Amino acid sequence: MKHLVEDSAARVRTGSERLLHVDPTHGTLVDRSLDSLSELLAPGDLLVVNDAATLPASLTGTTGDGAPVEVRLAGEERGGTWRVVAFGAGDWRTPTESRPPPPVLVPGDMLRLGPGLRARVTARSEISGRLLWVRFEGTRHQTWAALYRCGRPVQYAYQPLPLSLARVQTPYAARPWASEMPSAGRPLRLPLLGRLRARGVGLAWLTHAAGLSSTGDPLLDAAQPLPERYDIPSATVAAIAETRRRGGRVVAVGTTVVRALEGSAQSRGGELLPGEGITDLRIARGFAPRVVNGLLSGIHARDSSHFELLAAFLPGSLEPLYALHVAAGGYRGHEFGDSTLVLG
Amino acid sequence: MTFCQKTGAPVNFLEQPRYRCGLETSMNLRKAAVIVTGASRGLGAAMAEQLGRAGARLVLVARDREALQGVAERIQRHGGEAHPVVADVAAPDAAARIAGTAGALVGPAEVLIHNAGSLGPVPLAPLADTADAAFEEALSTNLLGPFRLTRALVGNMALLGRGVVVLVSSDAASTAYPGWGAYGVSKAALEHLGRIWQTELSGTGVRFLTVDPGEMDTRMHRQAMPEADPASLARPEQAAARVLSLLEATG
Repeated sequence: MKHLVEDSAARVRTGSERLLHVDPTHGTLVDRSLDSLSELLAPGDLLVVNDAATLPASLTGTTGDGAPVEVRLAGEERGGTWRVVAFGAGDWRTPTESRPPPPVLVPGDMLRLGPGLRARVTARSEISGRLLWVRFEGTRHQTWAALYRCGRPVQYAYQPLPLSLARVQTPYAARPWASEMPSAGRPLRLPLLGRLRARGVGLAWLTHAAGLSSTGDPLLDAAQPLPERYDIPSATVAAIAETRRRGGRVVAVGTTVVRALEGSAQSRGGELLPGEGITDLRIARGFAPRVVNGLLSGIHARDSSHFELLAAFLPGSLEPLYALHVAAGGYRGHEFGDSTLVLG
Repeated sequence: MTFCQKTGAPVNFLEQPRYRCGLETSMNLRKAAVIVTGASRGLGAAMAEQLGRAGARLVLVARDREALQGVAERIQRHGGEAHPVVADVAAPDAAARIAGTAGALVGPAEVLIHNAGSLGPVPLAPLADTADAAFEEALSTNLLGPFRLTRALVGNMALLGRGVVVLVSSDAASTAYPGWGAYGVSKAALEHLGRIWQTELSGTGVRFLTVDPGEMDTRMHRQAMPEADPASLARPEQAAARVLSLLEATG
């Protein structure tokens, strides 16, 4: 089996990633390497990362009638209930939008998702029959043990081989809250973080439950992102306040960090407070960030939802230029691609 | 120390422990998230029980479900927090599973204790008679497993600027005892692994401690030296207490 799963060691490859630096103040786009991040950020700037580990979120099994089903964990809710998105027969080699819908599932149905892992459907969304709420049988401890025994990370049809769970973790992952990898932080290897710290760039973290990138249902995809939970430590709130007081810039690593910080601030009248919360904030063109000054993210195609969020940080005039530059420059998109830094 | 020689006065390791690290600040084990591998018996179980009493929030890893469950229940009965995770650290996919489960149950790990160990061939054998599989088992359990689990956890420790990784070693790592080839080589490599991690993570606040607990009355010792008199051996609880005081002295 070991040759069929991509080796986690491959993720340690460094130095080959490219960074497209977009300076919205001067209206420039410059090709850089990711290593140059330590020059583009200045002493006193603060990088905020999402330390959520990626869940083994893909569970395959059968319904009570024996029909094949895959459920993907889309977020744990209070009280041990999980939001999941269900798919019908097939696997990750088929793009989600081409996957058949799941069997009709209603509250009370039991799903068998592997040895020792059974889940009862407790609710069904009005938006889509794919979006369900389930409760796993057993204690919290038994559920986590079974999830890690039976679950696999969500896979991507563009990848030639299935990804191991180790391969879809950021270098600093801790609590498993993310349905898919908060991939903006993937290239932030420890040596680079060390160089940033040595330069006087601050590092802070929060945990944000990044949801699923794709559900295969246009109605459900249009409703994305669904409400996601976050936890902002008081040390991070203090570091942000201190950075602003000293005139430094707060740079979010990934759209999930933007959602957590801006969502939290918006729900409290603009003031950032520590603690857990849930945000349904949608960030798109025209959104005025109150906490975050810059964004490190992936490379995003113009028709993607991530581009909408990126656009909140770009002057409108730079949007077509960015799209052209990315295409002409051969930048790689997706979870394992190159990076964009929007920072003026 | 007389690990393999059957004559000569045994040296009391409790008086002369071979610990190598720089110790400056102190650590409060109360509420600390701690992962212990090989926690179902011997030194691992003893450390787990003492850490439980010290108020640590424990994730206990071992292959033997029943024995591990027993250790966890003893800790819970005394009011401690212990989560058993059945896994073989030698398995390539174990690290992500252990790290993820631990993250879910106790949050970011502050202390990681690599205690699970394999002798290699049992009974011990000279290198000339050591099978590939036995040598590989020692390397997988004593070296690759700790490497992968460390890799899965140190990134977050470095981000948070604190963390301790304990490597349980042996004087067989530095003395060429005949018959201890696979084990000795794996422990020597483990110690060097710790040194390189420490160098690469210098300035991050993550510390690596290599400890030699000495000869103890454990199942592993009985497998290695069935003829040894248990009364001449230290109790694992004594060695565990030393490791704990060392941890408390470390930041």
